[in-house]
Amino acid sequence: MHIAEGVLSPPVLAAGYALTAAGTAIGLRRLDYDRLMTAGILAAVFFVGSLIHVPIGVSNAHLILNGLLGVLLGWAAFPAILSALALQALLFQYGGLVVLGVNTFTMGLSAVGAGCLFRFLHHRWPTPGGRRIAAFLSGAVGVAGAAFLTSIALIFSEEGFTAAASLLFLAHVPVMLAEGCITMFTVDFILRVCPEMLTTQQQNHERIGHA
Amino acid sequence: MFDEILFHSSFLQQVDTRVRMACAILLTLCLSPLHDLYACCSALTLGALLLVLARPRWRRILHRIATINTFVLFLWCVTPITMPGTELARLGMFSISAEGVRLALLVSIKVNAIAAIFLALVCSMSTSDAGHALGRLRCPQKLVFLFLFMARFVYVIAQEWRILFAAAKLRGFSPRTNRHSYGTLASLLGLLLVRSHARAKHVYKNILLRGFSGHFRSINAFHTRPSDICFALVMILFAAGILAVEFFGVEHA
Repeated sequence: MHIAEGVLSPPVLAAGYALTAAGTAIGLRRLDYDRLMTAGILAAVFFVGSLIHVPIGVSNAHLILNGLLGVLLGWAAFPAILSALALQALLFQYGGLVVLGVNTFTMGLSAVGAGCLFRFLHHRWPTPGGRRIAAFLSGAVGVAGAAFLTSIALIFSEEGFTAAASLLFLAHVPVMLAEGCITMFTVDFILRVCPEMLTTQQQNHERIGHA
Repeated sequence: MFDEILFHSSFLQQVDTRVRMACAILLTLCLSPLHDLYACCSALTLGALLLVLARPRWRRILHRIATINTFVLFLWCVTPITMPGTELARLGMFSISAEGVRLALLVSIKVNAIAAIFLALVCSMSTSDAGHALGRLRCPQKLVFLFLFMARFVYVIAQEWRILFAAAKLRGFSPRTNRHSYGTLASLLGLLLVRSHARAKHVYKNILLRGFSGHFRSINAFHTRPSDICFALVMILFAAGILAVEFFGVEHA
């Protein structure tokens, strides 16, 4: 999912940065210092999640978890993903400084979309079955959206990458299913153990003495 | 755990972190639009030079560079065959186009040049230094806070995941592609999320109690010395040189 530095063309990189800046600004505006802490720790879980490998048939893939992050954080997923990807670039050199904008935008926008989808479906069908479907779809949409936007970025950079981009998208189809299942079970677990984690978004936070 | 030490101590690490971060951003910005092979090669030379100056632990660094090149390898497998253009050679039913090979070559040189520069200038600093340097370079305070806080807790959470996973393994869990494995992994992940959430609440209360006012202080002071300015000027000269080769360079195929 990470595009290496030096592959994309300058207009695509600039667009990625502009859109990421907008998304991050919205996300940061919605975070007060109380929730910033939670967002920071969830960003750390997102980072660690990318080191967890899930077997898919004969192969395996690492979790992406952007759908789940979108469900838990909403727009705040944008700055969380940005900082997690920056740390990945720093520690593992996945991606890099200039391509960070595009990488954050592809994952962040699909995370926010997945979060909206989850809340919409969950609101429509508040039954356990409906919730499972909503969670599955949000996990799958998180990966699908990221893969799709990444492919679009590649194609807009260079016509010659079209085939590579479609291969990249197809390779992510099994990951979407796996991610959907994991998100479904995880949301189920969170709702059983700590349901306030999913509702904090709507609640108004009691601000503890911060200017 | 994650932060293997990649470099021996060198004079590059004495350079102010803000200067290093700004130079890395500037050079990467100059390098990404390159189309000329000569310009890319000179950028690669600069990257290699910086990497040598940073005195890396070569085994680890080469391993990192190999990881970065997996994406390049993928492009080499696909682009020369699928990109239309003049035929260079024929492999069975596939024709290899000159344009495709040129594109793949260009991208691989650029990727490696930028990776070398990034490794030498940025990856040799600690995460907290990097966060504070970004803050001094006018990144939003909340974002810097998020980054620093996350960088601190990544280790704690990774450790917690290891303990959870080890506990599951001791009970005979080996992940496969079935409902049980996915359910178990998701439960472990859910447990990690719930615990992390609770931890965030506790930590927040604790730092409020100690008078936290919205930003962290850095232990390392930031000073720009004359040598740092010289370093920045040399880097700017190099960037200008590379751009000059790109725009006024020799015509070639």
